[in-house]
Amino acid sequence: MSETPPVSDEEVDRLYRQIERDAESGGYHLHPDEAFTRGLVRGLLQNERRYGYRSCPCRLAMGTKEADLDIVCPCDYRDPDLAEYGACYCALYVSADVKAGKATVGSIPERRPPRVERERARAEARRTSGAIGQLPFPVWRCSVCGYLCGRTEPPLQCPICKVGGERFGRFI
Amino acid sequence: MQIEHVDGTDRGKVMLYALSTCGWCAKTKQLLTDLGIAFDYLYVDKVAPDDQKAAIESVEQYNPSLSFPTVVIGDRTIVGFKEKEIREALA
Repeated sequence: MSETPPVSDEEVDRLYRQIERDAESGGYHLHPDEAFTRGLVRGLLQNERRYGYRSCPCRLAMGTKEADLDIVCPCDYRDPDLAEYGACYCALYVSADVKAGKATVGSIPERRPPRVERERARAEARRTSGAIGQLPFPVWRCSVCGYLCGRTEPPLQCPICKVGGERFGRFI
Repeated sequence: MQIEHVDGTDRGKVMLYALSTCGWCAKTKQLLTDLGIAFDYLYVDKVAPDDQKAAIESVEQYNPSLSFPTVVIGDRTIVGFKEKEIREALA
């Protein structure tokens, strides 16, 4: 919540290219207005300096990874927002139609539940995890893309959407 | 709190609560600037830690979901970059 050293254009360039490559390889697309998209990438880098992780540039981070995990980019809400509105909350990620200029996007409603509800849901998930404990392996679910896998521990990285293993929760 | 002022035509109280990193907030600030009206703005992500609670509460009184941009024009609150609504409220 304070001033951080400015992010250089080279850093923005590097991360922009990396995010674009990862997006396209996973079937996702970035907003075609490059100046707009680069501004968001700069915000991601600023947040990484402030908080230690790339928190959503369009949401207020609380500054602890546990509280902000659902809004580390790509956030848990990107895919449902892409399906419903053709863009994520920031419009960093857009649908193929938006990218092709066949549809436009604007400011969309906030899907993320209020803080008290999020805390309640986290407590509930802890309470109910392992309720069906008869399987040879637990099943883990990626909170970003929904990928499921049955293994002792979640993977270090989601093989589908590339987010880190900390985004997995026990599903069964 | 570091509330900044932008000079322009007086249309009553116009307050923009924004994040310095957010694309829609930047578009909203640009729109208000282009309209040439006087307004105040606060980058809530840049507020010093000691002032953070007060800053959050000041946004929540207008917009309980604490999302950005939040524009307060007189007694009207507009959440998100809604160009048409903002232009109407200032017409």
